[in-house]
Amino acid sequence: MADLSLINPDRQSRLLASAQRFVPALVLVVALVGILAYAQSAGDTFLIRVFTRIMIFGIVAVALNFVLGFGGMVSLMHASFIGVGGYVVAILAYHDANLEPLMIGPFAFTGTSDLAILLPLAIVVTVPFAALTGLISLRTSGTYFIMITLAFNQMAYYFFVALQAYGGEDGLQIINPITFGGLDLSQRSTFYLFTLSVLALTLVLVTLLVDSKFGIVLRAAAQNERRLSAIGIAPLRYKLLAFVISGTLTGMAGALLATGQQFISPADMSWSRSGELVVMVVMGGLGSVSGPLVGAAVYLGLELILESWTEYWHLAFGLLIVAMVTLLRGGIADLGTLVPWLGRNVSGGKN
Amino acid sequence: MLEVENVEASYGSSQVLFGMSFHVNPGEVVTLMGRNGMGKTTTISSVMGLLKLKAGTVRLNGEVVSGLPPHRIARLGVGIVPEGRRIFPNLTVRENLLMAAANHRKVREPWTLNRVIDFFPRLGERLHNGGNQLSGGEQQMLAIGRALMTNPQLLVLDEAMEGLAPIVRDEIWARLHELKKTGLTLILVDKEVESLAGFADRHYIVEKGEVVWEGDTPRLLSDEESRMRYLSV
Repeated sequence: MADLSLINPDRQSRLLASAQRFVPALVLVVALVGILAYAQSAGDTFLIRVFTRIMIFGIVAVALNFVLGFGGMVSLMHASFIGVGGYVVAILAYHDANLEPLMIGPFAFTGTSDLAILLPLAIVVTVPFAALTGLISLRTSGTYFIMITLAFNQMAYYFFVALQAYGGEDGLQIINPITFGGLDLSQRSTFYLFTLSVLALTLVLVTLLVDSKFGIVLRAAAQNERRLSAIGIAPLRYKLLAFVISGTLTGMAGALLATGQQFISPADMSWSRSGELVVMVVMGGLGSVSGPLVGAAVYLGLELILESWTEYWHLAFGLLIVAMVTLLRGGIADLGTLVPWLGRNVSGGKN
Repeated sequence: MLEVENVEASYGSSQVLFGMSFHVNPGEVVTLMGRNGMGKTTTISSVMGLLKLKAGTVRLNGEVVSGLPPHRIARLGVGIVPEGRRIFPNLTVRENLLMAAANHRKVREPWTLNRVIDFFPRLGERLHNGGNQLSGGEQQMLAIGRALMTNPQLLVLDEAMEGLAPIVRDEIWARLHELKKTGLTLILVDKEVESLAGFADRHYIVEKGEVVWEGDTPRLLSDEESRMRYLSV
């Protein structure tokens, strides 16, 4: 009896604590619904398009942060996962529009423009790609891991550049409307809500994973693998699984990106894009699940605004990144702590 | 239970262990004593598989374990509380403990989170604190608790009392006495003869990478000359 009374409050507080973890994600999702409502009432389709893109890159940033922030793996190949997922959609939609089957060896596949089939297919294709590349890159760590993932990114990039049948360097247009079962996703607001649902599911999944025993081991592995093996845990399989989960979520986001922009090209999977993804994550905050979503929003938003002001927007952008990284060590998720920091300085000046 | 035979090991080109040999019987408490830099911690790393051996063998219950990766050796029931405690600072106390939870040898009454908290009530009060927010004593309790969560048959403590306040030391000694009573086999690596002598059954003195003296507690206490020669600073 005494035991029960001791455990119950703890379990209660734990439930409360884990419920609290979803609060930032919930706030962001509600805000994104609000943005759609506003854009629709104002008839602003541009705003819908911008935020659809932000959400897609938000999914990627959250997925990348799972390995980068929590697992300590600096991957420079996440753009290639976007590309693989994107090309799955574009290629099958292309075959669907031309009514010619896709031949792989002796097998013939009919094309499709239904995401209910294409999204699972994107997963089926990304999982082995991520598993194979992960297995090889995770033999190394630190700088070497960064270099190997970069090399894999370039290999995937040039693979699609060389794929002349599907546009090569020019990319591949999606001409027929993409659906999800009965949903017409060429409808901007429908696609917005669809993307938002995928984003919300991603946030829930990653939050649960980070808190699970799997996530605890992953975070421990980021800290010290030797220490982990001394208590009977081999870190490699944990890191590999995390890498595959992250790559697969990114592949799904790639499928959404191709759907949204009705186009995919090797430019969407260049190594510099991989670098931009890392910047989004770092800007948003490595320690939090939903921080990178904010990072993606700020990155893409700033890019859009600065681009409209000057051709040399990269310069201003660079200065902003320097300021953010020096002032907000924990990323934008740390913005709250900046205010008391300012306050302390002001009161210090008075004294 | 544990037999270490003629183990040689080195860090890069500098050899540290030159034919290290000792054994531990089931249920025994054995110490490895010696001054700093004599190879005590290196011996522990070699037993755990964290360091490749140049020569020699390590046996656990008669089976050769040298050459196995560290996580396999840990799963066979060797728990370690490393020097400097080495908990995970970015995880909470609860996460540090839960992560290690395993019962690979199917022990009948395994250590669980609740049992560790009963054993170290201070950890129960700090469950949701980060590992980096703990005092040295609490960190040491956490490191011991984490090792217990793996349900070891042999627990190795490397400089367990280093840098702890006397009152905290007493508390941890009391806990170690209880662990000894459960029949857990223990290896203690340390420098202080006084506190170890009353606790351990047998002692090995390590000097320049090999055992130079061995004996039980009464012999250690009576052999003042060896103590002066190998242990006094």
